[in-house]
Amino acid sequence: MYKILKKQSLNSTVTLMEIEAPLVAKKAEPGQFIILRVDDEGERVPLTIADFDRVRGTITIIFQIVGATTFALNQKNEGEYIRDFVGPLGKATELDGLKDVCIVGGGVGCAIAFPIVKKLSESGANVTSIIGFRTKDLVILEDEFKKYSNKCFVYTDDGSYGEKGNVCVPLTNMFNEGKKFDKVISIGPLVMMKFVTMATKPTGIPCDVSMNPIMIDGTGMCGGCRLTLIRDGKRITKFACVDGPDFNAYEVDFDEAMVRGATYKNFERQAYEESCNLKKMGENFNG
Amino acid sequence: MAKFNMSLNKVDMPMQDPIARGKNFEEVALGYTYEMAKEEANRCLECKNPACVNGCPVKIDIPGFIKEIKNDNINGAYSVIAKTSNLPSICGRVCPQESQCEAKCVRAIKGEAVGIGRLERFVADNATEMSVELKEKNGIKVAVVGSGPAGLTCAGDLSKLGYDVTVFEALHTEGGVLVYGIPEFRLPKAIVKSEVKKLESYGVKFECNVVIGKTLNVEDLFDMGYKAIFIGSGAGLPNFMNIPGEAYKGVYSANEFLTRSNLMKAYKNSATPIMKGKTVAVVGGGNVAMDAARTALRLGADNVKVIYRRSMNELPARHEEIENAIEEGIEFNVLTNPVEITAHLNKEDPRDPMNGFVKSIICIKMELGEPDSEGRRRPIAVENSEFEIPVDVVIMSIGTSPNPLIKDTTSGLEVNKRGGIIVTEEGKTSLDGVYAGGDAVTGASTVISAMGAGKTAAKAIDEYLNK
Repeated sequence: MYKILKKQSLNSTVTLMEIEAPLVAKKAEPGQFIILRVDDEGERVPLTIADFDRVRGTITIIFQIVGATTFALNQKNEGEYIRDFVGPLGKATELDGLKDVCIVGGGVGCAIAFPIVKKLSESGANVTSIIGFRTKDLVILEDEFKKYSNKCFVYTDDGSYGEKGNVCVPLTNMFNEGKKFDKVISIGPLVMMKFVTMATKPTGIPCDVSMNPIMIDGTGMCGGCRLTLIRDGKRITKFACVDGPDFNAYEVDFDEAMVRGATYKNFERQAYEESCNLKKMGENFNG
Repeated sequence: MAKFNMSLNKVDMPMQDPIARGKNFEEVALGYTYEMAKEEANRCLECKNPACVNGCPVKIDIPGFIKEIKNDNINGAYSVIAKTSNLPSICGRVCPQESQCEAKCVRAIKGEAVGIGRLERFVADNATEMSVELKEKNGIKVAVVGSGPAGLTCAGDLSKLGYDVTVFEALHTEGGVLVYGIPEFRLPKAIVKSEVKKLESYGVKFECNVVIGKTLNVEDLFDMGYKAIFIGSGAGLPNFMNIPGEAYKGVYSANEFLTRSNLMKAYKNSATPIMKGKTVAVVGGGNVAMDAARTALRLGADNVKVIYRRSMNELPARHEEIENAIEEGIEFNVLTNPVEITAHLNKEDPRDPMNGFVKSIICIKMELGEPDSEGRRRPIAVENSEFEIPVDVVIMSIGTSPNPLIKDTTSGLEVNKRGGIIVTEEGKTSLDGVYAGGDAVTGASTVISAMGAGKTAAKAIDEYLNK
């Protein structure tokens, strides 16, 4: 059992939790993930590590309430426990030698991007951050990004906060002005990462993306997290849990990943609606 | 009075009705009654030089335990088995006895071998007292990586010898492939649980949610005071055929399909989803393919087809499992090999919810050519013989490759070109104090061979620590 030391609502659908997991905290690096199970009957859910504190032995996770499991997780409070918490899994993001980097985060993907920004900043690199959200109410971690970035752009799709537009707008503007980076790292919804990749490709700047596919064990056993890289015209099967989650953006078959990612969409919606109804019932009972 | 039962045939195993069992996850084979066990035990001729024992990877004194059944001493029979085997209720169910102990049985020369596996299961399920000889604790710490059949066996043997054993398990529950891979109807999870509890009563500690190679590495374990380490981390990533369409929605590896159903209990409508196909194709012919096919049937499929590129004679699965599958109505499409998987694609409506879901599997007919290096006749594609089978779920069950996590984080640990850990006959790796066995060494193999490897390594670890 793993204790929830802190719980904080970042916006109406995104929650931050600090979990006591000293062994995981000891080894965690930016880009790695954990798998958790809320209770005995729960599913295994992968979540990327948003922050860690080796001294206090804690891991910070930030999750969006999208399905029954994240809903159940959000029902837990400080001082309560979650059943299983295992990690750190996957390979750490490779940041060695990078001096000038652009980090593009979208939505809750910003939670994953943040420890990378922090580590780059601490190593003395010049960090440009672009963070994008659908609307004002969904903006998270703005202060944190600003604190650790040399330059930080905030965009919303509807223009309700920051600049109006998607994250490719400032990125393309910088490229048009002749700005070069050692690397662009993009983390967010698949469709966003696909467009960031397309925008960056003509510049020849290396680009990495963090893939977050369907996963069960997360340790290289089930093969559910497979994705396809296209290298020299050849299709190669890779597994996000042990080969990733970071991949060279120019090799990833995003369209295939988007198809696979939607496998259980209907199941998840149904499960979520059922849990919502339960919640509604609970609220009624409580008057 | 005739001492022996000279019937040429084994006493039949009571089984669930094939039609009924195709719709539930209860155990298929129900186990002998006391009378059946006695009758079958009396078929054992008590050979002076029992060949069956040599056929057993863990060298159980087979005539010895059968003799105790004849004497109505079930607890005594258990003690005999427990001298060499830690997990008799599991072995009695999943060992391929027909190619091991029973293959050597003298009764098999004319008629059927003694039902050794069935008797072993009977003893394990019916013994009321499981007295085991435990040596005094010596306080020496040994780490076991993985709680599958290799790890459980090694941990059991070492704890009986007095070692302070901790088993590290990556998943949230103990048992490895016995829990995530082998379905409930072949090996009830309660049995695995009780074997784990038994080891705990010997003093073995289990630490779940610890991935060796990630949470801790081999070096950390030595730093923590473990004097020897056994790696039984099991098989790794599933293989795919690299044919077009393997990424469509509804294509599973057998590992993923079985893990969802077994470990995550998707068959009981748990929080973990699984696609319950109406027409399911399982590609491959091993035991795992049989498990996947029979699971798909139980999840509600109307038709399950096993697609295998060689003929019925070459199917690598246990004979008993193939027979069970046929009885339950699993269809075998042999001398057939997939070349492509197709999916629904509504060009007029890109938002059609069926888009990207599996629609069919396109296969090619095969014929058998000359034998390959292993002596099995090589399958060759028959030109222009492609045909399409409509299906909505495809399960790839064509083997696994060893897991890279420990190899990647342990310098000096030698592996072969397939990624399997290289060991000596005693199970010793290239690193001092580090031993390995089971699928992590051999690639996908059987439960009993993993148990045999765990046992061999436990003996070697004991010798190493007593040097």
